[in-house]
Order: sequence, then C-alpha cells, then structure tokens
Amino acid sequence: MLSRGRCLPPYWDRPLMERSGSDRAMPGNQSNAMIATLATPRRKRIQEVLTRAGSDKRFKILEAHMKKHQHRQDALIEILHKAQELFGYLDDDQLLFVAHGLKLPPSRVYGVATFYHFFRLKPKGEHTCVVCMGTACYVKGADKILAAIEQFAGVRAGETTPDGRVSILTARCIGACGIAPAVVYDGNVAPRQTPDSALATIQSWMSHGS
Amino acid sequence: MDLNQLLAIKEKELGSRKPYTLRVCTAAGCLSAGSDKVKEQLERAVADAGLRDQVEVRCVGCLRLCCQGPLVHVDPVNELYQKVNAENAAALLERVRGGKPALEQADLQHPFFTKQLSIVLANSGVVDPERIESYIAADGYRALHDAVIEMEPREVIQAITTSGLRGRGGAGFPTGLKWSTVAKSTGPRKYVVCNADEGDPGAFMDRSVLESDPHSVLEGMAIAAYAVGAEQGFIYVRAEYPLAIRRLRLAIDQARRLGILGSGIFGSPLNFNVELRIGAGAFVCGEETALMASIEGRRGTPRPRPPFPAESGLWGCPTLINNVETFANVPAIIRNGAEWFASIGTEKSKGTKVFALAGRVKNTGLIEVPMGTTLRTIVEEMGGGAPGGARIKAVQTGGPSGGCVPAELMDVEVDYESLTRLGSIMGSGGMIVMDETTDMVDVARFFMEFCKDESCGKCIPCRAGTVQMHGLLTKILEGRATARDLAILEELCDMVKHTSLCGLGQTAPNPVLSTLRFFRHEYERRLRPERVPTGAPRPATL
Ligand SMILES: Cc1cc2nc3c(=O)[nH]c(=O)nc-3n(C[C@H](O)[C@H](O)[C@H](O)COP(=O)(O)O)c2cc1C
Ligand code: SF4
Ligand code: FES
Ligand code: FES
Repeated sequence: MLSRGRCLPPYWDRPLMERSGSDRAMPGNQSNAMIATLATPRRKRIQEVLTRAGSDKRFKILEAHMKKHQHRQDALIEILHKAQELFGYLDDDQLLFVAHGLKLPPSRVYGVATFYHFFRLKPKGEHTCVVCMGTACYVKGADKILAAIEQFAGVRAGETTPDGRVSILTARCIGACGIAPAVVYDGNVAPRQTPDSALATIQSWMSHGS
Repeated sequence: MDLNQLLAIKEKELGSRKPYTLRVCTAAGCLSAGSDKVKEQLERAVADAGLRDQVEVRCVGCLRLCCQGPLVHVDPVNELYQKVNAENAAALLERVRGGKPALEQADLQHPFFTKQLSIVLANSGVVDPERIESYIAADGYRALHDAVIEMEPREVIQAITTSGLRGRGGAGFPTGLKWSTVAKSTGPRKYVVCNADEGDPGAFMDRSVLESDPHSVLEGMAIAAYAVGAEQGFIYVRAEYPLAIRRLRLAIDQARRLGILGSGIFGSPLNFNVELRIGAGAFVCGEETALMASIEGRRGTPRPRPPFPAESGLWGCPTLINNVETFANVPAIIRNGAEWFASIGTEKSKGTKVFALAGRVKNTGLIEVPMGTTLRTIVEEMGGGAPGGARIKAVQTGGPSGGCVPAELMDVEVDYESLTRLGSIMGSGGMIVMDETTDMVDVARFFMEFCKDESCGKCIPCRAGTVQMHGLLTKILEGRATARDLAILEELCDMVKHTSLCGLGQTAPNPVLSTLRFFRHEYERRLRPERVPTGAPRPATL
C-alpha cells in the first residue's frame, strides 16, 4: 500500500473549499460566491473539472449516486466504487469531483483511493488478466503462470502493455481455491490454468485485440 | 409477518416439490466451470422432454467437492454427478426415466462426504440461495421468530454462552461473552457488524456460506441484534466476491419485502436493518478496528484497543463484530438448543468448523467437521492425500497469521488450543496441504511478501520489519545468506511479534517461526559459510 506513490498536483493537500453553505456539487449550479473563496489555482482547477463534468453523462450518474447516499461522507468508499465502475479507473478529475460532492478535503479522498488495492489510478487495458497469487494457487504453480505471462507480454504485474491491449494484474485469492490455479480473464474465472493455457488466451488478445 | 404466514410459505414451498430434484451447484467454484450453462441445458431438456411436473431444476450453493465441478445432485435417488457440462447435462434425465446416465458419479460413501457434519453448511447445496422461500422451507427464520417472541434478550445470550460457541474469525473469543459485553454497554445506538472480509489468501469458507446460504447469516445477525439491542447492521464484504455481494443484496431485499427485516419484526419491538459495505481489497480491514474505520469511509488503519469495539466501535457506539460463520451458527443453536451444540466438539471448542481444503491434495473443496477431528483424517482420509501419490509434507492453517503443521504431527485433534500449541492457529479455516514439491522457505517468503504488501504502515515494527524479514528470506532462498542472517531473522521475528500494534504485525512472523521450528534444515542447508572480512566490521545485511 505504501509503494503507490505518484506525483501530486500542488493543490492536493489543501482543503477544496470552505465547509459551509449548501453547495451540493451539481455541475452548473455552483454559487459563484463559494468558488470565489477558493485560492486562484484551485478555483481554476475545480472550475475546469466542473466544466468537463457538465458535458459528461457519467458525472451526472455519479452525482445521482452521491445523492442516493445523501452525500454522506462515510459513503466515500461506495462512491469511489461507483466512480471506478463508471470510468474504469480513478482520475484526478473524478477524485476532485467526489471530494467536492462529499465536502471532503481532497487529501482524504486521495488517501482512501490510494489505500485500497481495488482502486486503480491508471486506465486499464482493453483486456485484463488477473492471476490469482493466493496460497492455494501459489502452491499449485501460479508463480510460473505469472512469470510466463509477464515474459510474453513484456510487462510486469500491475502494468498494461504499451499498445493498451492487455493489463496484467494479480489478486490474493479470488475464492476459487478448489479449482486452483485460477486466472480471471476479462471477469471470467478460468480453472486449473497452466502457463500454456494462459499464454494461449493472452496471445489471442494481443494478436486480434478483440 | 407472523408465525402463521411463515409456516404458510413453508407449506406452499414444500407442496410445490416435485418427485425429482436436480440440484445444480451455482457457487463460485462450479460457476467458473460453467454450471450456469448446465442449469440452462437441464431446464431446456426437462421442458423438451415434457417432464416439467416431474423434475425441478434447482440452483443451490456449494456441494463441497468443488474440484470436480460442475456438480449436480439428483434427489431422491441421492446420487452426485461430477464434471457435468452443457453438452452432457441432458443425459441426467436418463436417471429420472430409470436408466443410467453415462456421467461420472462421485462416491457419496467416500470419507470426504461421510465424515462431514453440517451445521453451518446444512443448507448449502440444499436451498436455493436466491429464493427466501427455499430458506423458509428449511425452517429458516424460525429461530429468529422464536428468539424475539419467546425469549428475553438475556436468555438468547445465555443460550449462546451455554453452547460454548467461539468466534470463527480466527481468535476464538467466546461469542456469548462478547454479546453480553455489548448488551451491557450503553450508547445512543448500537451496531451489529458481520466480518465477511475473508482476507486469508487461500480460504473460501465465508464466501461459500454467503453464496450458498446468505439468509442464515442475516438471521444470525438479527438474533444478535435482538440480544444486544442494536437496530442497524453492516455486512462488510470483499469486493472480490461479486456473487456473494449480489446474493446478499437479493437476500436483504427479499427479507425486507417479507417484513423479516425492518421495523417490528414478527410483531415484536425489534427493528433491524442491514446495509452492505463493500471492501476494496485491503487484508488489514479484516482486523476489527480497521474494518470499522473502513465502514466509516476512511483508510482502514487499526487503532489500539482498548477501547474494544464492544464499548466504543462504529461512530463511538457499542458495536458487535462477529465473523460470517459465527453468525451462521446462531440460528441452529437457537433452534436445536445450546446443549445440543455443546455436545459436539472438544472440551473447549464446541461445534463444527468449516475448512476450505486446498493445495496439493486430491479432493479439494469445502468441508465441515466436528471440532476435534484429526488433521490426518481431514487430509488423508477425506482429502485423499496428495495427488500422484506424493508424500504430504505439511498442512498450513491460519494463512499469513498461522503456521505449518508437519506431517508427523498430523494426528493432532483440531481445535483452537491444540493448533496454537503447535505454533499455528485455527484461523478462519483455510487449510492448504503441501507435499514434497513445496519449499518451506519459499512458503515463508510468500506469506511475508503478503504481509509486507498488506501492512498498513501505521506502526514501524510491522512496516519496516516485514520488509526486512522479506529481504532476509529472499537472501536465504537465493543462497546468499549466512548463519548470521538467520540469527537476525529470528531476532526480527521476535521483535515484530511483540511490538506491532495490531494482529497483522503481531502474527506476521508466525509462518517463519513455525517453518523454522519444524523445517529448520531447509533454511540451514541454504546458508553459505560465513566469510569474515579482514578489517572493517561487516556492513549491515541486505
Ligand atoms: C490482520 C487481521 C485480519 C483479520 N481478518 C479477518 C477476516 O478476514 N475475517 C474475520 O472474520 N476476522 C478477521 N480477523 C479477526 C477480526 O479482527 C475479529 O476478531 C473477528 O471478526 C471477530 O469475530 P469472531 O469473534 O466471530 O471471530 C482478522 C484479524 C486480523 C488481526
Ligand atoms: S501491525 Fe502492521 S497492519 Fe497493524 S497497525 Fe501496525 S503497520 Fe498497520
Ligand atoms: S488461492 Fe487462488 S483462488 Fe484462492
Ligand atoms: S462450488 Fe460447486 S461444489 Fe463447491
């Protein structure tokens, strides 16, 4: 969890806005007075995000989801799950948008997003291949499967091939130990994998991209 | 909802039963082998053959022998068919017509099945986890009714205490004692939390219970809520278990619709609602204080105890936290009586334990055995030994917090105390068998890598210690280490164990300590002789 460092924009650690007023973050209906209280770079940044969000349907859905949770701050993790589901990963824009909506300092939102392995801060490839590296799979040779895939794709676990086709990820037990070693291809769990069977799938993805 | 309505649902459900039932396992293991297609094919075949009033095709939870999935159980002839697929599924109808299907049959007289005793899993593989009526037909929610109508909260707690039930989340804390502490605590509100974070990377018991019988967990939680005086419950479940999440959501909706959750449950003053919280992939969130932080939407870092959650938990209110399996035991205890439960198991560990048997063993899957069953029975008789006749070397229990029990000591009767004596722990029920091909130093490093990755970083012994221990283990594994490194490793283990803030750090050295205790030679044979450099003192290791 500690190794997930990333360069942060300078405004990240400052509170986004005053914690008063009834400004729920719906793009478009920001009171200008509120925005005016922000420091200039942050004001510019948040306005950028809100402008962009205004023309993106997914932000509207995200806002509706926050509303469903009554903008409760303890729903942060639920909201981030939703954001990731909508966007595929969590970008600065989404994190700022959520911080704004829940009236949380961006540091808190960013802190939560980086703490949990499930949240991705980078886009993933067209296809994903999750190799289970839990104990049951490990003693049945999951490390060899992963090594073969890494070598073939030319990237390490946690990365995406430069052409954006395939992301290779690892998991710590996906609960299918009875059929170990397991690999998840695009959300489908495949039982009893071998380096060869895994490579066959990866190969077909990399050559067709379909 | 009252008792008559509950009984009416049961009667109706039982009345609609057909002469034959094909129970298709749709828990995660079989699902990934294509059991959803098997079910579709069976339904189509039944319709095509005009057997709709003869045969019911029912989706059920785990049928235990996950490695041979997809599995289909045929009632009432009591036969279990394995490796059924979409192509050959229709052949099962032969059995209904009195013939013999050309399909592989599992041997239900094998110890894998006969040595099991199902309490927690009694409904798993029998009821349809997506239909509350199916659960009610198996006497579901009867215990909740009896508890809230016929018993005082203090009697419920007394029953749990007398039963001897201990927490199944790992530490084995007496459940009755925990409940009475929460009941005695005062606060503006109280909460009941179900820990379904199942972090042990090699375990799938809780997942199977949630996927196979979600209502039993809800019922257990509702009984607990009545006993301790809570109105709100949370189930904290891992995001890695999408099917369990879906079935839980469905179960909560169905229970709410029937008025089994909500206000004035069964006409009593009990109000109880349950909300799901989805984890986001952090092992440390299984630790109770971290779990509460995560429910509150914060980073899941543990905090010192006391205060214990029973006194000051979620938002500072008294909070009861129990494991999935602990809650799933509760309805059975209320239904059958505390004495019945206490008559099963060993002196200090009552009831049964569910294990996820996996690793280098022939029969992998889900087993539930009475406490006190020997490891040998589990691994050799039930599990059928290692595949290809290899020699079993050790059994790992307790995951990254546990240890390895060597094959020579497999006659130990499994309970909380006996495993602790052997330097392992019961844990939540992961049981990984290792044979001659498994390298124990590699296993120790595997778990240390896990703890290193999962350490939340709040306290230094764990944050820095796990990195150092992992480095030393790698060094040993690569043959670059000397006896001195081994000594440093042992020292570090001791330090991290005694100075870490939470259970993760305190138990992280266990896999190393236990492999050092029983397989020291595997470490020592990798050491290279010490080369004492002339002059300056040796530089730091790594
Ligand atoms: C690092 C760590 C991970 C844990 N993971 C789990 C878990 O995955 N599931 C669980 O039920 N308990 C887990 N626990 C134990 C819980 O803290 C807590 O003791 C348990 O949920 C209490 O329930 P019980 O009394 O029913 O066992 C973990 C503890 C630690 C220290
Ligand atoms: S022991 Fe490890 S996981 Fe627990 S609080 Fe300390 S750093 Fe975090
Ligand atoms: S260890 Fe891979 S599925 Fe459990
Ligand atoms: S998942 Fe089907 S038998 Fe366990």
